[in-house]
Amino acid sequence: MVRRWQWFHRLGSPPGFYRASGCWLPWLAVAAALLLGVGLVWGLVYAPPDARQGNSFRIIYIHVPVSFLALAGYYVMAAAGAVHLIWRMKLADMVMTAAAPLGAALTFVALFSGAVWGKPTWGTYWVWDARITSMLVLLFLYLGVVALRQGFANREAAGRACAVLALVGTVNIPIIYKSVDWWYSLHQPATIRLTSAPSMHPDMFKPLLVMILGLYVFYALVLILNTRAEILARERRTGWVRDLAMGRNQP
Amino acid sequence: MSPQFHGVAEFLAMGGHGPYVWSAYGVALVVLVWLVARPLRRHAAILKSVRRADAREQKH
Repeated sequence: MVRRWQWFHRLGSPPGFYRASGCWLPWLAVAAALLLGVGLVWGLVYAPPDARQGNSFRIIYIHVPVSFLALAGYYVMAAAGAVHLIWRMKLADMVMTAAAPLGAALTFVALFSGAVWGKPTWGTYWVWDARITSMLVLLFLYLGVVALRQGFANREAAGRACAVLALVGTVNIPIIYKSVDWWYSLHQPATIRLTSAPSMHPDMFKPLLVMILGLYVFYALVLILNTRAEILARERRTGWVRDLAMGRNQP
Repeated sequence: MSPQFHGVAEFLAMGGHGPYVWSAYGVALVVLVWLVARPLRRHAAILKSVRRADAREQKH
């Protein structure tokens, strides 16, 4: 029983996570590059154009995957915040710190690609519509966590305040998901649903799945890179970071 | 499955939707590259500053 949990404790300690994640990075980088490369060529060159939207529909291959991860990333940030609040786990606080700017950047790309897609499709870049407005709120929640972190001199207090803000902000997530069903919206209903077949031709849908998968791997890669940099920043005065910097062998 | 475009010019034009498609992908590419570059640079900078601090201590 004790032995079964050893790996968890090792992975849960910042130096343990730093060492273990170093082995995952090359695999994640190769997988992300392959999936995104294949998905991009497939979606931009080989997928058939949409009957009504023509080629502007190809924006879907970046807009939908990025929006997916902008939302999923919020769960990651809020869950890490909850773990930090409940168990005072240092690594969880570092993951939360790493997830905030990453989520903000992805939400920005989701909003930008959506606006640029809206112009040829709806005739406007921006409408104050439920889906789009709730995504803008998501961007402000991410930026709020980034700003709140920098506003505190005390790291412990900053971590707890950010975790509370992140958890309160989760009420926005179901609103984003359901906004296209609850309110009359210019935004089309979800293309992919768990309960029914996708409302898309398989020739268009398969490259989208590859891109979504690729962006999930990309997200994991960047989250780990951010967390590793955060670990080094916080533990720069410890012996193991000094050994690492000097290239000394570690036991 | 075959390419939907004949030649590079037609591909870049995207049936008249080129500016929309390429600005969306262009901004996405810049942001994704920045997301990878930012932690790598920070990581290298921290290790460098630790080395410098260590060298200072050795001198004293």
